[in-house]
This record gives sequence, C-alpha cells and structure tokens, in this order.
Amino acid sequence: MAETGIPTRASAQVAPLAPFAATPAKRPLRLFRNMNSKVASLPMIATVLIIFVGCSLWTVFYSFTDSKLLPRLNFVGLDQYTRLWGTPRWVVSISNLAIFGVCSMVFSLVIGFTLAALLDRKIRFENTFRTIFLYPFALSFIVTGLVWQWILNPTYGVQKVVRDMGWETFTFDPLYTESLVLYGILIAALWQGTGLVMCLMLAGIRGIDEDIWKASRVEGIPTWKTYVVIIIPMIRPVIVTAVVIIASGIVKVYDLVVAQTSGGPGVASQMPALYVMDKMFKDQNLAQGFAASTMMLLTVAIILIPWAYIEFGGKKRG
Amino acid sequence: MADIASPALARNPAIAKGPRGQKPRKTFAPANIMLYGTLIIVAMYYALPLYVMIVTSLKGMPEIRMGNVFAPPLEITFEPWVKAWSTACTGINCDGLSRGFWNSVWILVPSVIISISIASVSGYALSYWKFKGSELFFGILMIGAFIPYQVMLYPIVLVLKNLGDFLSYFSLALGFDKIQVYGTLSGLVIVHTIFGMPILTLLFRNYFAALPEELFKAARVDGAKFWGIFFKIMMPMSLPIFVVAMILQVTGIWNDFLFGVIYTKPDIYPMTVQLNNIVNSVQGVKEYNVNMAATLLTGLVPLFVYFVSGKLFVRGIAAGAVKG
Repeated sequence: MAETGIPTRASAQVAPLAPFAATPAKRPLRLFRNMNSKVASLPMIATVLIIFVGCSLWTVFYSFTDSKLLPRLNFVGLDQYTRLWGTPRWVVSISNLAIFGVCSMVFSLVIGFTLAALLDRKIRFENTFRTIFLYPFALSFIVTGLVWQWILNPTYGVQKVVRDMGWETFTFDPLYTESLVLYGILIAALWQGTGLVMCLMLAGIRGIDEDIWKASRVEGIPTWKTYVVIIIPMIRPVIVTAVVIIASGIVKVYDLVVAQTSGGPGVASQMPALYVMDKMFKDQNLAQGFAASTMMLLTVAIILIPWAYIEFGGKKRG
Repeated sequence: MADIASPALARNPAIAKGPRGQKPRKTFAPANIMLYGTLIIVAMYYALPLYVMIVTSLKGMPEIRMGNVFAPPLEITFEPWVKAWSTACTGINCDGLSRGFWNSVWILVPSVIISISIASVSGYALSYWKFKGSELFFGILMIGAFIPYQVMLYPIVLVLKNLGDFLSYFSLALGFDKIQVYGTLSGLVIVHTIFGMPILTLLFRNYFAALPEELFKAARVDGAKFWGIFFKIMMPMSLPIFVVAMILQVTGIWNDFLFGVIYTKPDIYPMTVQLNNIVNSVQGVKEYNVNMAATLLTGLVPLFVYFVSGKLFVRGIAAGAVKG
C-alpha cells in the first residue's frame, strides 16, 4: 500500500484519514502500511483483546478475591474454590453435567450416525426426512424446553395418555422425579440437537469415495458392517468435529434447563451455568460466580486442548 | 480420501454417478420395510412436539383437561393465539407476547446488519490484506468461540457501563443527554455483534479466500483500493454467503435467551425471555393452550427461516460447524 501517514499522535487518532495527510512522509512507517485493512479489522481486534482475552482474564483474576456485590481487589487466595467445592449444589451440578454430558454425547453420536447412515441408503423422500430431523435445531432451547415440559407433564402428557389406554399404573414423570429429571432434559436436548449431528455425519459419509463401497461389496461385507468397520474410521475428522461441537454445547447448557425445570425438583437438575448465573446476578456473590465460571473455562480447556493438539499439532508435523 | 480416486473413475465418470450401496431392491423387500419403518417412526418422534404444539394451541382449556395431548382438537378455537399475542401477562405487563415480538425485531435488525457488515469486512481483510499479527488475532478469535459465555458475562457488563460513561462524557459536552449502553438495545446489539464475530468472520474469510485470486490482483492492477475491491468486486460475488450469514444470525439472535436476560431490562426483553416468563410464572391458573400458542409464536420466525431457506440453512450450519 502506498498510503502513508505522519507518525505523530494526532495522525494515529485520525487513522482513517491518514491517506489524506498532505505531508508526504519520507519513510513510510510500518504501522501505517496496509492501513485500511488494520482499520477495518479494529472491531475484530478490539473483540479479541478486550472481550475474549481481557474479560476472561479479568474473571479469572477476580475469582481469587472476595468480591460480593461489587468487584473489589481483596485477595483471598483459593478460598472461593474451596467454598465452591464444599457447596453441595455445585457438586450436584458437576455430577449432573457429567451424567448429562456422557449420555448426550453417546446418544447424539449414535443416533446422529444411524440416521445419517439410513438417509445415505438412497432412499426416497430423503429431503423430507432430513427436513423433519433438522427442524428442531432451528428452534430455541426455550421453545424446546417448554414443549417437552408440556409433553412430559404428568397430569396431561404422555403418562396420562398411556394410563387412558388402560395401563393404570404406568408412571412416566421424569420432570418431577429427582432420579429421572436429567433424562427428561436429555430427551429434549437430543430432540433438538441430533439433527445437526446427523447433517454433519451425512456430509462426511457422502464425502467418501465410491470405490470403498464397491470394494466392500466385492468382498461380500454386509452393509451394516461396512458402516461400522470401514466408514466410521474414515469419517473420523467429522466425528471429532461433532464431538467438539456437542461437548462445547453441553458445557454451556443453560436455557434448556431454565425453561424445562429451572433446576428442580430441589437441586436435581442444576447445572454449572445456572450456579454461575445465580451467584453473579441474584445472590450478589460475584467472586463465587467467577470461581465457578473459571471452573467451566477449565472444563472446556480440558476438552479442547487435546482436540486442538490432534487436529492442528499433528498435521503440521506430519 | 480424495487421493484414493481410482483411474477407473477418471476413465469412466458414469460410474461415479451410478447408484451406491446394493443393487436396486424391490419396493417391498423386508430390508426396505425395515429401513422406511425405522425412518418413519423416528420422523414421528421428531415431528411430534410440533404437532402437539399446534394441536394444543387450538383447543379450549376444558378440552385439554378432558382429552389427551395427542388428540386433534374437537372444536378449533383461535382464542389462545389471540390471548398469547395480545393479553397474556408477565408480571404487571399484560400486553402479551406482541411486546416481546417487537422487541426482538428491534434487537434483530440492527444486530444482524451490524454483525454481518463488521464480520464480512474483517473476513475480507483477513483473506486479502493480511498484516502482521492478523493471523494471531484470528486464531484467538477462533479459540474465543469456545470460551463459555459465563466467563465473560460480568466483565462485559462493566465494559458496557464504562462505554456508556465514556460516550456520555462527549455527548454531555456537546449538550446532548447522557448515553446508556448497558441495559439498552444498543448494548445488546454490541453483545450480539461480539459473539457473532468468530463464526461469521470464519465464514467470510473462508469464502473470500476461495475466490480466484486473479480477480483481486486484476483489481489491484487497475488501481482499486481496499474498499473499492470490497464493495465493487467481493460483495457482488458473495451474495450466497451473505444469505447464509443472515440465516445463521437471524435464527441465532432470535433464539438467544442468555444475553437478553442479562443485558436488557424487562421493558425491552426479547421474545424468548418474555415467553419463558409467561409460561413459567407461578401465579395464576396455568393455561396450557395459551402457553403453547405463545411457544409456537416464538418459534415461528426461525421455523419460517428454516423452511424457506432449506439447503442454505444446512450449508450455513455445516459451514459454521465443520471448521468451528
């Protein structure tokens, strides 16, 4: 770029106007080369520096203080974390997240792959089926949670329908039963999210070379076995992507629980995100919320770093 | 995977188009019945909630108490819809979901426009006008997409408050009113722009980078500059990706709940927040038909976008997801 500016404070502030600066600079300063691009990227740079780096570090930093209603810099070391792990509600949240996470990961992948494989069988009305499987993904978690709250309603929903059919003792009341509530949420979560996994997997399966299929047919391998033994290893990158997407969605789960159960009955369906929100915006216990959200960040890092290592670290060396 | 492509395929491209899987089956072969049977049952599970929503919202309360959730309405009534739209109560406000709907529209329009314009320009800068550190910022932006929102929520409140104070400093000096950013529409628009940025920037960067570079070079030779190339060459060529980005943002922002709850006040709560307040309020008799009508109303916009956009929607989420 030929655009140059004068390396003074004034011109730095009116950076977009730099090209119109009348004085021709003798030595173009590196900072002003490619100026338009830098100016255009300013919102992105600001987002990265202020929000993603700045705000995250700020939260981690203040999680070591005893901030209550307002943030203040009175350091108490790891106190907040000790208290956090001593709070039954947090421990329940974490174990809920683990159960919900494992189930939703396994079922999403299995159902998503199965549906994709079924749709891949050169069937008729493929588009219709795909449209039906994917439409819940367009709906918000709030809508999802409320619909399933209604369907699972013990007085009017599934339970009543089955009882009306003659099975008088049938009980299916997940949302008001402490031991089952997570599975009630899981039903809704899978309904909403499996369409996306299916779409990803289908794209992966369609990307596989025709000759693989021919070879497996020549060898006489049954179709289902071809999928399990040959196709799954071949679409590994897609599966890894799906795992990362599902996992980062699981850690964030919030709206769905709020809409469906608000964390109840009791604390049976609490999740870390709900704990963070309550501590920060309801209980005026900021530092506790910061500590809890830092733990969430840590969880994501534990999931993400190995993935990033496999995905990017391996390739560059290989 | 692509490098396994055999010479046979190259010699005879017709093979590639041939049917995959086993040889054609009879329509009523057992395997076929199994296949379609499974698909239809699963499809019913997926379609069921939408059906239940529609059916319930068209029944009267007595019928709901008598019958079951899956039965079609004996007497169709649109009263629940009218009530959900115009008179359902949240707290002291009894003007129904219409308020939330218009709030959401007012949040949606500027958020979509601003987030897409900023992200498209960033994506363009990142693909054609790299500068020192641009790749690093982009890398952090991608990592940022995975940070749980909860980590950044509170500091952003402070940032918005400070931004308001900072702007007020100028506006008061110029004789205007004090400017509020936190708790107002503009604050929420900023937040949506920020959190839409990773995915949108990625989308645009990848799209622009895939355009033939000769175009860019030719324009440079002809003397076009940064903005000239963007507006006259890149934008007209990238209509599809703008549509994909719009689909992504419209559904995403419309469905947002978390940011709406935190960064706005009850008067300007978006539709999802208001819906949740209507349905999950503890006072009063539960009117399930009104609740379902309200739920359906809230879902209508993204559903409309989904059914109209079809393949583009799939492309949007695939593009967003695969590289995410």
